[in-house]
Amino acid sequence: MSDSKNPVGRRGFLKRAAAGGAGLAATAPIALAQQAALKPETGSGVDVTPNLRPGSDFMVDVFKTLGIEYIAANPGSSFRGLQESFINYGKNTSPEWLTCCHEESSVAMAHGYAKIEGKPMMIMAHGTVGLQHASMAIYNAYCDRVPVYIVLGNILDVNYRRGTAEWVHSVQDAAAMVRDYTKWDDTPVSLSHFAESAVRAYNISMTPPYEPVVLVADGTLQEEPVTEKSLRIPKLVMSAPPQGDSGAVAEAARLLLNAENPVIVAGRVARTPKGIEHLVELADVLQARVQDQRMRMNFPSAHPLYGHPGAGIATPNLSEHDAILALEAQDLWGITHKMTGLNKFGMESQPTTKPGAKVITVSAIDLNHKSNYQDFGRYVEADLAITGDPEATLPELIEAVKKLLTPDRRRALQERGAKIAAENQAGRMRNRELAAIAWDASPISTARLSAELWAQIKNEDWSLVSNDRFVSSWPTRLWDFSKPYHYIGAQGGAGIGYQAPAAVGAALANKKHGRLTVNIQCDGDLNYAPGVLWTAAHHKIPMLNVMHNNRAYHEERMYLALLGAKYDRDLGRSDIGTALNGPNIDYASIAKGYGLYAEGPITDPKDLGPALKRAIERVKAGEPALLDVVTQPR
Amino acid sequence: MRKFILLFVVAGITALAQTKAGDAANGKRLFEKNACYQCHGYWGQGGVAGARLAQTKLPFVAFSAFVRNPPSGSMPPFRAKVMSDQELADVYAYIKSIPEPKPAKDIPLLNY
Repeated sequence: MSDSKNPVGRRGFLKRAAAGGAGLAATAPIALAQQAALKPETGSGVDVTPNLRPGSDFMVDVFKTLGIEYIAANPGSSFRGLQESFINYGKNTSPEWLTCCHEESSVAMAHGYAKIEGKPMMIMAHGTVGLQHASMAIYNAYCDRVPVYIVLGNILDVNYRRGTAEWVHSVQDAAAMVRDYTKWDDTPVSLSHFAESAVRAYNISMTPPYEPVVLVADGTLQEEPVTEKSLRIPKLVMSAPPQGDSGAVAEAARLLLNAENPVIVAGRVARTPKGIEHLVELADVLQARVQDQRMRMNFPSAHPLYGHPGAGIATPNLSEHDAILALEAQDLWGITHKMTGLNKFGMESQPTTKPGAKVITVSAIDLNHKSNYQDFGRYVEADLAITGDPEATLPELIEAVKKLLTPDRRRALQERGAKIAAENQAGRMRNRELAAIAWDASPISTARLSAELWAQIKNEDWSLVSNDRFVSSWPTRLWDFSKPYHYIGAQGGAGIGYQAPAAVGAALANKKHGRLTVNIQCDGDLNYAPGVLWTAAHHKIPMLNVMHNNRAYHEERMYLALLGAKYDRDLGRSDIGTALNGPNIDYASIAKGYGLYAEGPITDPKDLGPALKRAIERVKAGEPALLDVVTQPR
Repeated sequence: MRKFILLFVVAGITALAQTKAGDAANGKRLFEKNACYQCHGYWGQGGVAGARLAQTKLPFVAFSAFVRNPPSGSMPPFRAKVMSDQELADVYAYIKSIPEPKPAKDIPLLNY
């Protein structure tokens, strides 16, 4: 493997690169292997340059210093140079290439992967048509504050384009299309520029708020031999996350301790396992209820201080609290106000909070606001707004609360905590009674589906990688979520088509830890890009997919019925354009066609338990499996 | 809230005076045709989008008042043009006919 013309040697270089992922300053082997150009051979139609290396080899050297494990991509000629270098020069390891059937799947896979693994996956796409496919998934990741490392192929120089495809696939400013919902991008014009921007992009993506970043790999830079002198790769330095101002944190502690009944609303809090520990400690110290919006695995669902464990998790009732600590909460205005049910001019709204309640916000999103897309939500008139990453700010807040806590106050808080715990326990028991309704129904109730699943996985090292709101949050209400990988939240931008590929990406991250990945898969979502099932089969990614097959884009069907009722119209027609029946879609056959173990449609609840058992056996053996379960709407 | 309860009572007395006994089988058909199941589930079990209706404790008068004039934000009003009083009585008969569930303690999967 060592190159006789290269005094460093590739193996030695890569060893140093791997060891120093976060502390490497290196002279690349490519730079040391520069040769005088040979005359191209004639007659072959291809210029052969046997003793030279393409710029894309150096790009691979750069990427290998970042510790990225996988590249998800649908192949595209604008990044063919990089792909060839990754699979040959890079030996298709660290990162390994994942074959995807759609760019939206590539990005959503990276989205799900990052929420389990805590770091970005790379995706590659054409700067034009590939990025157009990928754009919705990028928007989801942006709204969900998730890092994705996006590399786009493009040919900037007109003299380097050949044929129609390369003209229609070329663009002046490739990243422009997604600049409104990515955190940073660059289009390097030299290899040294590329190295610096590649390292910078990783740092920016992984500094809270985490977000997608874009790097454009120019075709000429990829495919032409390296000619630059003294190429080096800057060392990757990870920035400390932004922490809230100390004075403001002390004031927050005072407000929370002075309150009779404070509540913590947890949106996107836990970036790492430490985040869960911090939130538990704060709740325990304050003996305050935690309303987890389930954007992340923030707080153990069986904790006595867990918020009202009902169906309305995303929109908790905050009316009984006199202090609200909102930690990167989603739609805080929406959960502190009540609005007219249907959109109309002159919509009425009124606060639902207790008069005089203090609202405290902690969020790093303020550091990355953009104007075009409106994901920031309605302006909140907080009493104290702290700019900072919640997970990074919590330790100081905990200490500030402890400092102010007197023995008398501690006793009072314990009494409050005991009351919350009793209410919580009663709520959990009530959920079981509610789950019993429609227990034997066909289509199968989502409560039964969730209870059957729990029975099969509760003694395994499991990971639920799907949003459970579409099944009336039954897993949250019945299962015991406690570990960081037990839940990963939802799409972020409410863009459908996320679930199946995000689940595959999350399952890939879980694979090396030997976890049992469970995906409750909505039927409408799977139909966007079902080819990701093949990706799971091809790359032997074990995961259990259980269809929540209500045979509709049901959320939209409900909206049509609502509007129909507003004008006294035929509500039965809400099926038009929303129902997925006539013919019913046979998801088991589709999955089998993509190479998965599959069963279904399952309509009798008595058949579900045994089918789950069979499927889990296959998953434990290393396969992806799918059960098509015909379900109640929600 | 008091106003709302009063509305229930007044509307209820009126409705009670006018309504015939409901036909549960027709009510089931209407429950599906008129999209009730979409939010409340085919068995009226409720969920994230709609309240539990099965085994409702509401008397018909209150049920009818709610459906005709729901509190703001809870659900759209279903007026007589969409469902007549008789049809509403049929739907009510259907949700009252849904069998009581077993107690959770008698279901092994809900005892853990």
